Amino acid sequence: MFKIVDKKYLNSTVVMMKVFAPLVAAKAQPGQFVILRVDENGERIPLTVAGFDTKKGTVKIIFQIVGATTKCLEQKNVGDYICDFVGPLGNATNTKGLKRVCVVGGGVGCAIAFPVAEKLFNQGAKVTSIIGFRNKDLIILEKDFKKCSHKFFVTTDDGSYKIHGNVCMPLEEMLKNGERIDHIFAIGPLVMMKFVVMTAKKYNVPCTVSMNPIMIDGTGMCGCCRLLVDGQMKFACVDGPDFDGYKVDFDEMMIRNRIYNEFEKHKYKETCNLFKKETK
Amino acid sequence: MPELPNLKKEKNPMPVQSPKKRIKNFDEVALGYDEKTAIDEAKRCLNCVNMPCVSGCPVKIHIPEFIKKVKEMDFEGAYQVLQKSSMLSAVCGRVCPQERQCEQKCVRGINGEPVGIGRLERFVADWHNQFGKKRKTKITKNGHKVAIIGSGPSGLACASDLAFLGYDVTIFEALHKAGGVLLYGIPEFRLPKHILNQQIQALEKLGVKIQTNIVVGKVFTIEELFQNGFEAVFIGSGAGLPRFMNILGESLNGVYSANEFLTRSNLMRAYEKNATTPIMKGGTYAVVGGGNVAMDAARTAVRLNAKKVYVIYRRSEEELPARKEEVEHAKEEGIEFLFLTNPIEILGYQNKNDLKDPKNGFVKSIKCQKMELTEADESGRRKPVPIKNSEFELDVDSVIMAIGTSPNPLIKESTKKLKINDHGGIVVNEKTCATNLKGVFAGGDAVTGAATVISAMGAGKLAAKSIDEFIQKKNK
Repeated sequence: MFKIVDKKYLNSTVVMMKVFAPLVAAKAQPGQFVILRVDENGERIPLTVAGFDTKKGTVKIIFQIVGATTKCLEQKNVGDYICDFVGPLGNATNTKGLKRVCVVGGGVGCAIAFPVAEKLFNQGAKVTSIIGFRNKDLIILEKDFKKCSHKFFVTTDDGSYKIHGNVCMPLEEMLKNGERIDHIFAIGPLVMMKFVVMTAKKYNVPCTVSMNPIMIDGTGMCGCCRLLVDGQMKFACVDGPDFDGYKVDFDEMMIRNRIYNEFEKHKYKETCNLFKKETK
Repeated sequence: MPELPNLKKEKNPMPVQSPKKRIKNFDEVALGYDEKTAIDEAKRCLNCVNMPCVSGCPVKIHIPEFIKKVKEMDFEGAYQVLQKSSMLSAVCGRVCPQERQCEQKCVRGINGEPVGIGRLERFVADWHNQFGKKRKTKITKNGHKVAIIGSGPSGLACASDLAFLGYDVTIFEALHKAGGVLLYGIPEFRLPKHILNQQIQALEKLGVKIQTNIVVGKVFTIEELFQNGFEAVFIGSGAGLPRFMNILGESLNGVYSANEFLTRSNLMRAYEKNATTPIMKGGTYAVVGGGNVAMDAARTAVRLNAKKVYVIYRRSEEELPARKEEVEHAKEEGIEFLFLTNPIEILGYQNKNDLKDPKNGFVKSIKCQKMELTEADESGRRKPVPIKNSEFELDVDSVIMAIGTSPNPLIKESTKKLKINDHGGIVVNEKTCATNLKGVFAGGDAVTGAATVISAMGAGKLAAKSIDEFIQKKNK
């Protein structure tokens, strides 16, 4: 059992939690993920590590309430326990030797992008961060990014805050102006990553993306998280989750992530109704 | 005058749930012998002096001796004989391919059916679990720590033998529950989970510690295990990595590896009404492969309300590697076998007029070709080769690939010096299970690639013996 030691709402649907899991915290690196199960009958879901404190033995996770499992997780409070919490899984983000980078985060993906930006900043790289959201109310981690970026942009789809548009706009602007960037990290919705990669390609800048497919075990056993990279089948859990964005087949991934949509919708509704009944 | 053996040519049939009833539930299919039937079956044993059956058993259970005790109605005594060689009798009695092991060597099989050794093993183990006296085994602890990676059959067997010898054993399991392939791979209707749990609890009573949610290679490296005071390590991490065929369409929604399909159903209990883990239910399934895993997947599909289930196998029925009993049960449950058939492509649904059609990207059909077998080559094996212009399409909603697995890559990636063969298996000395690293032993599917529960157990037991020798020698 793993104790929740901190909990905060970052916006109406995104929650940050710190979980006491010293063995995970001791080894975790930006880019890696954990698999958790909220309770004895819960499903296993992967969540990328959003931070860790080796001394305190805690691991930070940030998640959006999108389905039944994240809804159940949201119901837990400080002092409550999560049934299972295993990790760190997958490979750490490779930031070796990078000097001038751009970290692009979209929506809740910013939670994963942030530790990458922080690591790069701490290793002395010149970091530009671009974070994008649908609207002003959904913005998370703005201050955190600001602290570890030399240049920083926020975009909103509806123009309710800062730049009106998507993350590719400031990125393209910079690249068009000949600003030197050695590497781009894009973490967010598949559509966003696809377009960031297209922009990066146009200017010939390498781009790493972080894939977050459906998983069960997270150790290479089930093959559920498979994706096509350069036409080859790869397992995100053991070969990734980071991949060369140029080579990832995003369209295929988008379809694969839809497989249980109907089930999830139904289950989410059922779970919400259950919690409503309980509070009555 | 000694009693004459039972000369009936056939085994006593195994009572089973009727096919009509069982396809609607996940309860165990085979119900087990009662005492009377067990004794009658035991009387078919001739108690041969040279014991050919024992030579067919990977863990060398003293078969005639335990059967003799059954004959004498000393069921607890029979269990004690089994226990000397195997702590997983209740499991092995259910899942061993006896027709290719002990029973294949049985003299009664020359003219009729062999003695139902597996069925008797199961009877004895179940009898013990129900009525047997729980004896307290006295173990003198020797204070030496051994780490075991993986709680599948090889790890459990190794842990059990080492615990009896007094070692302080810790099993590290990556999943949230112990059992390995016995848990995530073999369905409830073939191996009820309470049977497995009984065996695991028995181990814990011996003092074996089981730490779940620990992925060795990620949380600890093998080197760190030694730094933490473990004197030897046994790697029983299994053959988890599923294989695909590398044909077009394997990314489509509705294509599963058998591992994924079975894990969703067995470990995550996706078949239950209130399950939180999804699985595709209903529709038509094609299962590719002919081993036990293929049978398990196909029969699970039947129980998930399938309209129709096909098993597609590229060789003929004769070469089918699955246990005979599973194949018979599968047929009774309405599964259709397409022998000498091989898939060449999986086709997906694609509505060009509506890109948002939720069915887009889901499996629509599977394209196959017919095969024929060549004459036997020098190794005696007949190779399947495609027949020209024999392609045909089969409408299906799900395709389950049950064509084997490769050893799990996590340990070798984090243990650079560990010697690995071309197939990804850990290289060991077959006589000792020792790897090229001092104090590190390995066995089961992590070494051989996908094989049987009992051979993994055999390797675990052998490794336990070697680990004992290694530690005793080291501390002399």
